[in-house]
Amino acid sequence: MLAASGKLDRRELTRALLADRGEMLVIAGLGAPAWDITAIGDCAENLPLWGGMGGAAMIGLGLALAQPKRKVLVITGDGEMLMGIGALATIAVQKPANLSIVVQDNEHYGETGMQETATRHGVDLVMMAKGAGIANTMFVTKPDEVLALHKAIHAGQGPFFAVAKIDATSKPLVLPPREGALLQARMREAVMGPAAHHQL
Amino acid sequence: MDQYAIDKAPDAAAEWPDQIYSLLKTHNITQVALVPDAGHSRLIRRCLADNEMKVVTLTTEEEGIALLQGAWLGGAKGVLLMQSSGVGNCINMLSLSIMHRCPLPMLVTMRGDFGEFNPAQVPMGNATQTVLEAMGTLVHRADTPEDIAPTVNATIRLAFNTFRPTATLIGQRVLGAKTFGKD
Repeated sequence: MLAASGKLDRRELTRALLADRGEMLVIAGLGAPAWDITAIGDCAENLPLWGGMGGAAMIGLGLALAQPKRKVLVITGDGEMLMGIGALATIAVQKPANLSIVVQDNEHYGETGMQETATRHGVDLVMMAKGAGIANTMFVTKPDEVLALHKAIHAGQGPFFAVAKIDATSKPLVLPPREGALLQARMREAVMGPAAHHQL
Repeated sequence: MDQYAIDKAPDAAAEWPDQIYSLLKTHNITQVALVPDAGHSRLIRRCLADNEMKVVTLTTEEEGIALLQGAWLGGAKGVLLMQSSGVGNCINMLSLSIMHRCPLPMLVTMRGDFGEFNPAQVPMGNATQTVLEAMGTLVHRADTPEDIAPTVNATIRLAFNTFRPTATLIGQRVLGAKTFGKD
């Protein structure tokens, strides 16, 4: 699970986190996290984002509040999380037990030429989450910590927030569908069945 | 209401805040995302007192666009309450609603509109309708108390029946502009 740099391989990490996911719903931030969850296996329970930078965690919150019995996982990047960092406060106040957020932190803006993000310069997202009031957190750098991360995501004792430091190398592109209406409709149908498409 | 508060709340005799609350119930709205505005203060209190509603106070209005995208993915209906200045914070995030065809009704109380006192409110207030429409939102204005409930009803119906962002702009003429006795 380690890249040549000695850091976690992002795709192997994603594969480990999504193992035995059951009915868990997954939101992936735009860019590499969206390619990662798609590489592991595109399905109706995945919403890979193509835009809305800064919104991934809040989409997870709305979904978790709407479906309190289903686990919701947001996988996103450090740049995307930083853009919507206020969401940590909003989520901490709402306290959704079924919501987990994992930031795959490569300390760079990967889609735009690998410019450094603030986490490259010491900004600590776990401390920011704790400061917001999210008590259940993890900071992961090693393969032998990933099993505990998987357990925490599935424990339903959220809100849970984790940062996993990952290797910055880009992986082969595995693109999800680009039709947003399809991505939305398929997840709604996975949650509600055919009733998703009929008048509420 | 604090007499030194800079925004104006609706008059106690005004019926429209309670009418909006009734409409939210009629339309089975269960998530209410907001950055507070004095114009929505009574409506916010009613929503907070309702155990069937999740009131989510946001740090910035764009969070509400994403929240309600998630709500709709999970089968819940929501509404976003904000002041016109908050519309400017939402612009790129509205891409989500257009991209996914997500119903998104927004109820916006106007500042920088009719008889504004604060010069800082005017640039965004003047641009509110233009920028919403530039991002594909269907916008209707209500400038009299009697117009508010039917316009809000139409805005909610248009969002959930046709899958897009929609907005009611509640004109400052309804609330009046606070001038601190400095007319």
